[in-house]
This record gives sequence, structure tokens and C-alpha cells, in this order.
Amino acid sequence: MSTLTPVSGHQPASEVVEQIRRSATSDRPFKFLLRAVAAFFGAVVVLFVWSIVKTAWPAITSQGIHLITGKSWIAGTGPYGGLPLIVDTLSTTAIALAFAIPIGLASALGLQFQVTPRLRQPLASLIELLAAVPSVVYGLWGIAVMVPFFINTLEPFLSHLTGGAWPFNGPQNGFGILLAGMVLAIMILPTMVAVSRDVLATVPQDLIEGALSLGATRSQVFFRVVLPTARTGLLGAIVLATGRALGETIAVAMVIGSNAQLPHSLFSSGATLASIIAVEFGNAVGTEGSALAAMALILMIITGLVNAGARALTRRAVSR
Amino acid sequence: MSSIITGLPPDPILERRQLIQLKASQSLARRTLVSRIVTGLMWVALGIALVPLGSVVFALVDKGVRFLSWHFFTSLPQLPSLLSLNTIGGIGNAVAATLVIDALAALVAVPIGVILGLYLAEWRSAPANFLRAIVEIMTGMPSILLGVFAYEYFVVAMKSYSGIAAVIALGILMVPVIAKASELAFLSVPRSLREAALALGARESRVARQIVLPTAIPGVLTGVLLALARAVGETAPVLLVAGPTISNLWNWNPFHPMTPMPMLIFGYANSEYPSQRAAAWGVALTLVALVVILTTSSRLISTRMRRERRS
Repeated sequence: MSTLTPVSGHQPASEVVEQIRRSATSDRPFKFLLRAVAAFFGAVVVLFVWSIVKTAWPAITSQGIHLITGKSWIAGTGPYGGLPLIVDTLSTTAIALAFAIPIGLASALGLQFQVTPRLRQPLASLIELLAAVPSVVYGLWGIAVMVPFFINTLEPFLSHLTGGAWPFNGPQNGFGILLAGMVLAIMILPTMVAVSRDVLATVPQDLIEGALSLGATRSQVFFRVVLPTARTGLLGAIVLATGRALGETIAVAMVIGSNAQLPHSLFSSGATLASIIAVEFGNAVGTEGSALAAMALILMIITGLVNAGARALTRRAVSR
Repeated sequence: MSSIITGLPPDPILERRQLIQLKASQSLARRTLVSRIVTGLMWVALGIALVPLGSVVFALVDKGVRFLSWHFFTSLPQLPSLLSLNTIGGIGNAVAATLVIDALAALVAVPIGVILGLYLAEWRSAPANFLRAIVEIMTGMPSILLGVFAYEYFVVAMKSYSGIAAVIALGILMVPVIAKASELAFLSVPRSLREAALALGARESRVARQIVLPTAIPGVLTGVLLALARAVGETAPVLLVAGPTISNLWNWNPFHPMTPMPMLIFGYANSEYPSQRAAAWGVALTLVALVVILTTSSRLISTRMRRERRS
């Protein structure tokens, strides 16, 4: 360690501080290491984005806008139109959110404010544990448990309900967009509940007790105090769940039926941006590999925007 | 009303008070009813949420538990034949592949993630803020995209599927999770501790090594275990790069194709043999048990940490 040089009384204070800093604590190699590792990670991310853009480039130049607007994707020979994939990605995510948002929010509220404390911790632990279960297990469960339930019960019932009209028409073989949406809903539900509960736990107890002491009922406390206070954080939880649903690959690939044509109904088999990469990329030749990389690029842009939105929301919540 | 009984002239103040009381009790009745309905719906929602989730747990235990044995974990798979349709053998090679791939991925990701976390905790400059945003966006990046990346740079370049390509994809997925957790752990180290060490003349590298890292180690460990739990169950990138098909042979060399457990579950779930479709549940239960051990130990560390900080 370097020794301090004697400090004369005439030096300005700032210079003295600077001198001490430089001689005693400044640590160039250490700072260099930190910067180098940070730069390395940044470079890997750039390389990652670049590799996908580079692979997608031949398809972008040869297929152009058809990659987004084309209505049909035929493996091996082309054409490679991404519209069915985009439609299926958005519709499965919409189905998942339509179930997971209301049920997830209500469950989180119930878990945090209704359930007795003795029951709360085991239930919360179970839900957090389910958030960590790998998606391939949800896919397996979808095939083994949900497909028979869909074929025997749910699909005939829904079809009967509308008299076989849209959106419940078509073949009833279990696999399809509706099943993929439901499996996604069940997969993102634990995340939704766990994150929302963390957010709800930050609502100040004073506010809740104040409202109760003024004679508000429980539902009034929920709607007028808890939800408005936790609004931003809950929105962050929803966006987080959306990002997960958009990018989920394996569970969807296992239950959607892998068919990249525009769907006719909710029972139609389909393919999402992520699932078609998992199914086709390994045996794609020529332009198809490149077209799949273009789908990866679209997925990257969509999820990147969603995650950046979530980040902006949570930052605003923190700064407030 | 009072005027008829008592014969006194009507009292406007009393009448007004009675009217208010009547309205208040009506309002209370209405609000209580609404509240009852809303809380009732909450219980219904909780029930709806728990039924499918409970079904997942039940199916795992119900269909998976009969496979669990030492033989299952340590021996090679056997293809079903006409003579013995129900033979399944074990999943020893998949367990080995999971251990090798995830240990190597942790070896790559832990140093990078922890040092990156230290960098993020140390700097508030524009590049650091930008990198912080990148780290957060990468945390939510669909894992299949890392599979495409590893395929382009490793499978194509090495002209072979390999465990090492999966290591790279999983390593890149783990880094942001570890970095974020480490950053938070480093930021929670009391300023006074660091300043005391600096005032005693310690270099920053020494402060980082001997003060900040030891104090923050439980938080860092929590992040590492969570990242590992995520990596162990990750299927999509592994499916693209680890091997062309599921393998039935021992292989400890990560430069050759491997079949880790998630990939085996995917392969077995879509298998033509009923015995393999059944065995997928045995693999799934093994994998979930591994993930549960990792997440539970991570949680134990973080609750103990919180308790220590409070005392």
C-alpha cells in the first residue's frame, strides 16, 4: 500500500482530498476489472442481437414485408408468411391475460387480506413454488390432463353453447389455440399472484385502518384505497406476466398443435412466434432458418418493448 | 310521528335526524351486501386459481412417484421392444447431462454476474444506467432467442450439437438474474462499514473483497440459486442446441451432444411408446424436486438474512 505524502498547510482542501484519494484508495486495476466485465456483458448482448439480425437478413431482403403480412407458412418450401404466427401469439396471450388478470388480482387480494394468517403462508409458498415449476412440466400436464378434459367436456360444451358457431367451431381434438391460451393462463397465474401480493403488501396499513375506522366496508377499502395506491405496481405485474406469455415457448409448442395457418376458430391448431422456432429451427434448411430468425427478431422487439414498459412503470412507482 | 303520540308540535330537527339514521342504515346494509359479494368472489377466484395448480401438483406426484428409485436415477434408458413394452430403464445420462451443463453454466455466469452487480452498485453514470436497463430487459428475454444465438455461434461453428452450446445459452440467461440480485445485495451493505474501511486506508478492491462481498454474500447466493433453478428447468434453448435427438448413452463430455432432463421430458412427452410417455412424469418429478430444493434453499437464506438484519 502506498504511503501518504505529507500534507502541507498551504494546499487547498480539495487538492488534499484528491491526493489522499489517489494515493490511498484509488485502485485502477480493480476499477478496470469491473468496467471490463461490464463491457464484456454489453458486448455479448450486442453480439446476441447482431447474430439474430444477421441470420434474419437474407429472409428480410428476399421476403420483405411478406414476413409480417404473408398469410401462410409452409415449412421447407416457403412461402414464409408470419401473419398466422403473430395472430396466434397475440390471441393465446389475450386468452391467458383474460383469465390470469382478474383471477390473479382477486386471488392476491384474497390471499393478502382475507385468508387467515395461519393459512396464508402455506398457500403463498405453494403458489411461489408453482411459479418456479419449469414450463415443460406445464406442457406435459397440458397433454396428459387438459387434452382429455378439453375433448370430452369443455369443447363439446362450448360448441353446444354457441350451436357450433364461431368462435367455437371446427375440429374438437383438444390441441389448439384455446388450450394453449388456458395452459399459458395457468402458467402465468402463480407469477401474477406472487408479484401482486408483494405489491399489495406495500400498501400502508395506516391507510387501510383509516378507511375502516371511517366506516368503509372491505370492498370499499379494496376499490378506493388498496387498488388505487397499488395501481402502478399491479400494472407492472400485469406487464411482466404479458411478457412471459408472449415469449413462452415449450409449453405452447406442446399443446398448440403446430400448424402455421390462419386460425378459423379457437379450436384451430396454430403456432406462435416462439413455438415455431422450437419446432422448426432444428431441421430448417435454406431460407426457412433465416425466416425463423426474422420471427425471432419480431419476438425480440415485441418483448423488449413490453419489458421496457414494465421497467418504466416500476421505476415511476419507486420514485413516487 | 312524535307529535301524534305526545301531542307536541312536530320537531323538524328530530324528524331530520330520524331520516338520516334511516338512510345511513340503508346505506350500511347495501354496502355490507356489496362487500359480502366482493369478498365472496375473491374466495371463488382463489378456488379457481388453486384447482388447476393443485391438479399440476397432484398429477406430478400421482404419476411420477412410482418411478423414483436409485436405479431410475443412475442407469441408462432402455428402448421398449416387442418383448418388453414396459421397460424404461433409467435416466442416468440425463441426470449427468443436467449436472454437467448447469454446473458449467453457473461457473461461467456467477463471476460475470457478481462483478457486473458490483459495477452496477458502484456506478451511477450514464453507461451504468444504460447497462442496468439492458440487464433488466435481458431478464425478460424469451429463452428461445438465446437458443437461436447459441445455435448460430456454436452449433454452426463447431458443426455439431453440444452441451457447451447449451452452457453458453443458459449462462447468458443466468447473468442478468445474478447481476440484479447482487446489485441489490451490494447496495444494502451499510455505507458506514465501507467508509470505515476506506478511512482506515484500505484500497477499494480490498474493501470489495473483505467488506462488501462477505456482508452481501447471502443476497448474492439467493440470486445464484434462483438463477440456477431457472436454468435447470429451461427447455427451449437446450432443445435447439444440446442434441439432435434424445440420447441413450453415457456422455460426460460437454463438447458432445447431451440430453439434459428438460429435453428428455419433451422427447418422452411426444414419444410413440406409452411407457416413455408415462416415464416423462418420473423425469418431471425429479426435475421439479431439484427446482424445489434450489428455490427453497434460496428462500431459507433470504428469510434468515432478513431476520438477522432485524435483530
